[in-house]
Amino acid sequence: MLSSTVFLPLLAAALLAVLPVPDRVARIGWVGVTVADLALVVALVARYRTPAGGGLAFEERVRWIPSVGSSYHVGVDGLSLPLVALTAVVFCACSVYGWREDRRPRQLAALFLALQTTCLGLFVAQDLIVFFLFFDLSIVGMYAAIAGWGHGRDAGRSALQFFLYTFLGSLALLLGFIGLYLAADPHTFDLPELVAAAPLAGHPVAGGFVLAALLVGLAVKTPTIPFHTWLPPAHTDASAIGSAVLAAVLLKMGTYGFVRIAMPALPDAWRAFSWVVVAVGIASVLYGALVALAQTDLKRMIAYTSINHMGYVVLAVGAAGLSGSGTAARELAVTGAVTQMVSHGLVTGALFLLAGVLHDRTGSYAMRDFGGLAGTAPRWSGLFAVAAFASLGIPAFSGFVAEFQIFAGSIGATAWAALALPGILLTAALLLRALQQLVAGSAGPRSVGFGDVRAAEWLPVAGLLVLSLAVGVLPWLLLDLIAPASSAVVELVSR
Amino acid sequence: MIREEPLALLPELCLFGGAVVTLLAGSFLPRQRQWIARLLAVAALLLAATAAALALDDPARTVFGAFVVDTPTGIARLVVVAATMLVIGLGADDLAGRARESETYALLLLGALGAVVLAATDDLLVLTVGFLLAGIPLYALVGMPRTAGAAEAALKTYLLGALAGIALMLGTTVLYGIAGSTAYPGLAAGLAGAPAAAVAVGAVGVLAGLLFEAGGVPLHFWVPDATEGAGTPAAAFLTTVPKVGALVAAARLVEVLPGSLPWPLLVGVLAAATMTLGNLAALAQSDVRRLLGWSTVSQVGYLLMPVAVVGAGAGAVPALLTYLAGYAVSNLTAFAVLAARPGVRSLADSAGLARRHPALATALVVSLLSLVGTPPTAVFLGKLTVFTAAWDGGLAWLVVVAALNTVVSLAYYLRWLVAAFRPGAPDPGPGTAPWARAAAVCGTVGVLAVGLGAGAVTALVAG
Repeated sequence: MLSSTVFLPLLAAALLAVLPVPDRVARIGWVGVTVADLALVVALVARYRTPAGGGLAFEERVRWIPSVGSSYHVGVDGLSLPLVALTAVVFCACSVYGWREDRRPRQLAALFLALQTTCLGLFVAQDLIVFFLFFDLSIVGMYAAIAGWGHGRDAGRSALQFFLYTFLGSLALLLGFIGLYLAADPHTFDLPELVAAAPLAGHPVAGGFVLAALLVGLAVKTPTIPFHTWLPPAHTDASAIGSAVLAAVLLKMGTYGFVRIAMPALPDAWRAFSWVVVAVGIASVLYGALVALAQTDLKRMIAYTSINHMGYVVLAVGAAGLSGSGTAARELAVTGAVTQMVSHGLVTGALFLLAGVLHDRTGSYAMRDFGGLAGTAPRWSGLFAVAAFASLGIPAFSGFVAEFQIFAGSIGATAWAALALPGILLTAALLLRALQQLVAGSAGPRSVGFGDVRAAEWLPVAGLLVLSLAVGVLPWLLLDLIAPASSAVVELVSR
Repeated sequence: MIREEPLALLPELCLFGGAVVTLLAGSFLPRQRQWIARLLAVAALLLAATAAALALDDPARTVFGAFVVDTPTGIARLVVVAATMLVIGLGADDLAGRARESETYALLLLGALGAVVLAATDDLLVLTVGFLLAGIPLYALVGMPRTAGAAEAALKTYLLGALAGIALMLGTTVLYGIAGSTAYPGLAAGLAGAPAAAVAVGAVGVLAGLLFEAGGVPLHFWVPDATEGAGTPAAAFLTTVPKVGALVAAARLVEVLPGSLPWPLLVGVLAAATMTLGNLAALAQSDVRRLLGWSTVSQVGYLLMPVAVVGAGAGAVPALLTYLAGYAVSNLTAFAVLAARPGVRSLADSAGLARRHPALATALVVSLLSLVGTPPTAVFLGKLTVFTAAWDGGLAWLVVVAALNTVVSLAYYLRWLVAAFRPGAPDPGPGTAPWARAAAVCGTVGVLAVGLGAGAVTALVAG
């Protein structure tokens, strides 16, 4: 069942790529398949019971390359299932939003369906080679999305920068994987086996190098400072749905890698490096917020708030490695980190889709070109206001639940985490300022004649925001899923 | 006691017999019926492939005192024969009706035979014969189009080849003088206590000859010129088949060199220099053939990594064979795309490929992403095993260099892909070539089959 969920979009993508169907059929097929896949994921979530003893649910394992100890091994637990669900939701929203794209819609549908498989596959992978396969293919797919459907003047250049930068990260990751493989006895790429063996425990130098390779690879993808420079141009030049998928799903691959691979497989090294991770997290939070404050381009601003929001996740996973502090606080931090991944995916996905509406109408993202949109586009303004408040972490939305737990857990582990608190204030300030500039005041030069959102535009945005609201109001729905897995991670990293 | 088993050499006999028969048939056939010669050559290759596949399970042994029949030989035979078949496939449109069609097939078969001899021998004298047998057909193949570029490339190849051949024979002489034997078992024993400087001179001389065949730094200068100047089938052949023979031969030689000199480090430095130079030079190219030529130089760098650590672990030789198989099919697929559109010379000419020929564009994407090393393609499997073997063999620094080089290589492969997906200018030159298209499709299937069927491939190369 898990594999069919993963590969259903790829099958549809192959059919769409080969059969020259009319554009309308391609659009219907795209939405239909993402909805069907979402239904499969809902069924998975409904049937999910936390496995006893930190195991995996819906596990499947097929021989693939036995001579190098690699197999097609997939399964989900409380860390991956929320992200699988997020992926299905975001891609479904994008397929609806993409209804109105008239540049090669059939190829676009095929590309995004293929990309959906790579994202789902990555989150269910329990073998490092399978993980790497989907990691690399997601880069190739995203490159094609930016280079083929981007709208900036420099889309090709930004796409190339994105590809080279994240490809470098993926090779660093591969080096780390090979290091883990060689250290394990018998050699294996199987993740549960590597986690059980923790092969580099007691080898501080080798463990440090392998973890450094993994950290660089994952930090490029997340991205944290100083590896973030590819993100703003990639977002600026990508189409709305490209940006939404990039921010909502692809960035999570980096932080997911921390909790899935780096922490449990290299507990000693993670504890030794955790101060570095905490420091990078705090720096990303503050730097992302400050640079976002200086932006005049709405999409660049959202891109920098992504760096800020992912900084909270990095801070939390770093704090989780600080041994000598209470287990409860560290578990809270990890739970908050996973919740933040889901929350950021929902809210930032919505923000990027809304920014795409601006560009679609006027060809501009410059905030000073707009103003008074509340009058001309009340529905857009309402949705943007809700998304902005959700993003700045107002209670009743998912962001509050996530950031509250991250700070409660991280400050419980180390008081230094409080240094990141001004990030929340800065984000609030910049989002409110953007809201004021776009929605309130007198009409700007491009606000005149601005058409309000159509059904294909507001429907996916509203869907994402309703889910964020649901997580904010009924957090236990999500937290009950995550908490057992995060306590397992903290237990593993404390070994 | 020398074992004499002529039947153990059946694949080689098929190649040799095929070359003779093709040549003879070609001289009696009229110009428009030369396809019969092609058929004969393909039949010989099929026979050789069958014989090689049947011999895979045979016990490892040395026949005629100089020819090792083991897993590396078996895989090298299969890769060489399959690659030559693909070369004939992608070149059929180009060669059909040419003045020297049957001679070309005969030369391809002889070159393939030379590559197999290089890969299989464990005697320096036979290695020299293999060098000549693999090298001389190349000169003729490069010069075949009779253009100014081809003539210059043929001369360059010949001069460099002659120099490398002298180095090889000099090295052989020196090693024979020290060890009192040209066979590798005797060599290993004889070199053990020998003065390091003399061993270095001899071994470097022999390695120089092999580096010429493989197209590795510092004897790579002929590769980009020959790739640009020769016809597409010859270019595809010379960037693929000789490398198989030369690199397996280098692995066999490095394995018996004594530990008095740090051979892994020396070969590792050569590997790093080859991949870096090839990649940096490829960055600046605008002619697609020249770009591919430099790309094959950089690939030799990765291929030298397992050669460097051949004595350190059991994983090195299987990794080398895996990479060779993956590289051969990926590289030939890229050449098949070139052969399918004979008019395309520069990157800019590739524009419109995706719009007009989606199948060829798919082949190009798959083959170039494979050369980069993206999963789930053939070269990814090669890179994974090669990186693992090199790290395991103590050359972790070389793995880091190779990873950085991979990122650099992405830049120029992507330039080509971007050009191919650009909306097209009018189609340059004549229409596509059906045989080359078919070869590109077969190659694409092969690249993905090696990558996805990784379990079977790694089991095969492990013997």
